[in-house]
Amino acid sequence: MDIAPYLLLATLEGLVQASVLTLTALGLSVVFGTMRVVNVAHGEFFMLGAVGAWVCAMLMPGPPWLGFVTALIVAPAIVGLLAAAADWAILKRIDYDPEATIISTIGLMYIIQQVVLMTFGPNAQAVDAPFYYTIRFPWFGYSSYKLFIVVAAIVLVFALWRLMKGSRVGLLMRATQYDKDTAQNFGIPVDRVYSGVFAVGAMMAAIAGVLVVPNQQAHYLMGHDPLLLSFVVVIVGGLGSIPGTIAAAVLIGLSDGLLSVFFTPTLAKIASTLLVALVLVFKPEGLFGKATR
Amino acid sequence: MKKSALLLPSRRSVLAGMGGAAALLAAPGLVGRARAQSGDVIRLGAPFHRTGIGASYGRWYEQTAKAATALINEQGGINGMQVELVIEDDGTDPKRSVEVMEKFSAEHNVDAVFGTLFSHVVAATAPRAGELKMPYFICSESHALASGAFNRYVFQPSITDVKSQVISMAPWISDNLGKKVTLIYPDYAFGYDHRDNFTAAIEAQGGEVVADIAIPPTETSFTRYFPKIPFSTEVIYHVMVGPGVLTFVKELGEHLGSQGPELFGFIDSLEAVQLDIPQLSFLEGSHFWEGNPRYAQADQTDFDAFYREKVGVDENGAAMGDPKNVSTYAHMFSVWETLYAMKAAMEMADYKGPDQKVAMLEAMESIQGFDASNAFPQGQKVFNGKTHQSFGHQYISKVVDGKLEVQHTTSIEDTFYPDETDYTKMSF
Amino acid sequence: MTNDRKLLLLCLGVLAILFALQFVLSSYLVLALTRILILSVFAMGYNILMGYTGLLSLGHAMFFAAGLYASGLASYYWGVPLGWAFLIGIAGSAVVSVIIGLLALRTEAVAFMIVTLMFSQAAFLATLHFSKITGGDQGLTLPTEARSFDLFGLVLDMTHDGTRFNIAFTVFAVVLLLTYVATRGPFGRQLVAVRGNPGRTEMLGFNIYIVKLMAFTLSGTIAGTAGALYGLMFGYIGSSFADFQNSIQPLLFTLVGGPGTLLGPLLGTALMTMLIDRLSGLTTAYLIVVGVLLIVMTLWAPKGILGTIRDKWARWLN
Repeated sequence: MDIAPYLLLATLEGLVQASVLTLTALGLSVVFGTMRVVNVAHGEFFMLGAVGAWVCAMLMPGPPWLGFVTALIVAPAIVGLLAAAADWAILKRIDYDPEATIISTIGLMYIIQQVVLMTFGPNAQAVDAPFYYTIRFPWFGYSSYKLFIVVAAIVLVFALWRLMKGSRVGLLMRATQYDKDTAQNFGIPVDRVYSGVFAVGAMMAAIAGVLVVPNQQAHYLMGHDPLLLSFVVVIVGGLGSIPGTIAAAVLIGLSDGLLSVFFTPTLAKIASTLLVALVLVFKPEGLFGKATR
Repeated sequence: MKKSALLLPSRRSVLAGMGGAAALLAAPGLVGRARAQSGDVIRLGAPFHRTGIGASYGRWYEQTAKAATALINEQGGINGMQVELVIEDDGTDPKRSVEVMEKFSAEHNVDAVFGTLFSHVVAATAPRAGELKMPYFICSESHALASGAFNRYVFQPSITDVKSQVISMAPWISDNLGKKVTLIYPDYAFGYDHRDNFTAAIEAQGGEVVADIAIPPTETSFTRYFPKIPFSTEVIYHVMVGPGVLTFVKELGEHLGSQGPELFGFIDSLEAVQLDIPQLSFLEGSHFWEGNPRYAQADQTDFDAFYREKVGVDENGAAMGDPKNVSTYAHMFSVWETLYAMKAAMEMADYKGPDQKVAMLEAMESIQGFDASNAFPQGQKVFNGKTHQSFGHQYISKVVDGKLEVQHTTSIEDTFYPDETDYTKMSF
Repeated sequence: MTNDRKLLLLCLGVLAILFALQFVLSSYLVLALTRILILSVFAMGYNILMGYTGLLSLGHAMFFAAGLYASGLASYYWGVPLGWAFLIGIAGSAVVSVIIGLLALRTEAVAFMIVTLMFSQAAFLATLHFSKITGGDQGLTLPTEARSFDLFGLVLDMTHDGTRFNIAFTVFAVVLLLTYVATRGPFGRQLVAVRGNPGRTEMLGFNIYIVKLMAFTLSGTIAGTAGALYGLMFGYIGSSFADFQNSIQPLLFTLVGGPGTLLGPLLGTALMTMLIDRLSGLTTAYLIVVGVLLIVMTLWAPKGILGTIRDKWARWLN
């Protein structure tokens, strides 16, 4: 293929990748920003969203879009509840100790993975896209649904932005993030804010999972790559910084799309993981972040 | 670790329980040893891919093995002894598979092990089987066995290896589809078998491989690989495995549209996947290799009908009563036939227990082949005792109205190639 | 009797029992115990960092794999005798530990965990990427001639169960005693000081970066020793030894047995290995138990079995 269509395809793929990544990584970032903990089970919430979409598609009669819309509402809701429960049952009890949180969310990751394996089996499950139309460029065809993912991601990110900046909920979150103890003294229910934030973070991942599943199949091990890439994005973008996260997601999604067209995907992954490690070692505030307290 | 936060009242009961469990954990090993010595049953170790990237195959391998075992036992077992399956999950993981092989040998004391599919798992496990002197019957298509990489304990008595499959396909592809081929294959041993053997085979036909694209089997998104397909390509030869196969074919279709090059796929790309879904309509008219035709053909043999019924598969290759649950029909016959091949060798050697292991293996080596029958429903086999590898018919099918119709059946001779090793010269 | 002496006697007693077990257990359990001993060495290496120094790494599979590949590849490609290959494995993992330690120790706490995780992930992907050399997922099986070696005229055959057990036992004993010495002397006190109060340790004139680096290197090298031993004894090297799950293993073993106790890693490894081995025959989802245990231990017994016993009844059980 010539270089121009090659680049066009790589850019399109990169944009789709960046959109999914933005949603997933924002979830991780919001949680870290407010609660200062790293949730290793984040990729599993993504996977649960995808599996949820499949279950909805199975159970809902009628056209595929009906199941899809249902999934878009039901799957994040269930995942959110689950996350809130995990927060109450585990994280609160270890007082959000950063290291203990990592270990116990690793445990949570294994549990979710294996429960899904035992309940839904090891097969990858396909879900029909809500609409099916291929855009034909002169050189290749491209799924219109993939472009819908990009639009959906932009809308959702905008909605989250409004929530954080313009509403009381966002204010509570920011207050808690700024100084937990003072917030507590001012009567902010820090516990509930934490549960809520953890749930919202998980829901973001679940929505990304629902969006992605008509493209990729739902599979109990599918959470691994999104987790890793979200780590990359959140760290490069600066831990807890939302604009930084978005910028990094777009940058990394696009460059991953481009890189893996020209190099092998494994090499691209090696480069990005090393990048994260080196950013943390030499510029711990992230490439876009300002120095944190 | 920061103790302040982690320090919470410890539960003594938890610890006491764990201590007590230690004794329980050790016990079964001792018990297993005693039980296995009674010798009135034949115990066969069955490491299947219940989890991991091979899981969709593993499930059907297990179902097929259980059906065949039940049937063998119904018919009086082997040499008057009942057959007992000891199934373990190897996670499609070479490391775990080696451990499982040791477990079969030292703890379960099985008579033989059979049923591994994925070639990287086989490659890790076969040498260990040789060290443990454990008869190991693989159902893998791996060419490593016939190339001499393994040892005298390893056999592949039912399914043909990739080299056979590929050399019997190449002439047909170059005659009917085109000579400039792009290969798309999984990035590990099985894929390399395809790449290396097909490149040689198509060049022998005067064709060439214009590009080869390796994709990691754990990959879930494929579009970005497709720009590497050159415009001069006449035929895309694809063979994928792993959880993402449907996505792979779907995205290939989106990318190429209807006016793309000819497609020739190994059915691996669509094993356990429904064919008659709208996203796959672009496959209409394209061709597939099948080890055993998924859809019952007009000239279906009684043997195939019998086998389908016993395993519980309908005429479309899906589970009885569940059309969405598609089997791995092109491969799983090998489990059924391998069990019967082991039975044949054991009966020939009048096998009663592990003392006659060598006699049983020598009997296996002396077998010339098998006739098509209920025991060998895929068809006739020629078995090469020197390379421990079987040869059989291959099928080329075309997608017609969302179903696979066999267009061409290769002769067994088409799959032959000169011997590359002679295991009978190796000591036991 | 001083506390240290009591502990030393206990260690010697445990070693004697372990040695005697080979005459009692069934052949499968001897094999399982061989594996447990090697993995305990891995966990003991991990424990030096996590238990004694208070640094939580999520990337120790990288060091295990460094030893595994350095020794295994040397044996596979150059036919290096096993004894030398083993030493190459130890040296290789030492080099990797120093380099990674120099970088990773610039960070702390959560950042340290993620940095080690990422380096380890990159190493894992590298074993896949360079599959022409490493064999990738499929791995490499050492040829038959690399399965035995000559030690001062004595031929040791790695396909023999008894030989394997006794080699594993010897390495285990050496590492156990080494850990005993290292955690008791002045170095051991520095480690504990770094874990307890880094600021004060620094003011007392110790360079905590150097102390940490020494602990990190020792820890990684012991992990690599286990890797080299594992690869050479079982004759197989492959990339699944470098994956994330293999980094979680020593963490889990140490956490269950008791971080910062000498015998905790052995206890944790033995319990968990046997548990997983039993479960894999019963259920395909044995990892669920690993998950539950990680959470249960974090919530209720963060000091592990021996750590809890130590705090309640036996202060000397360090």
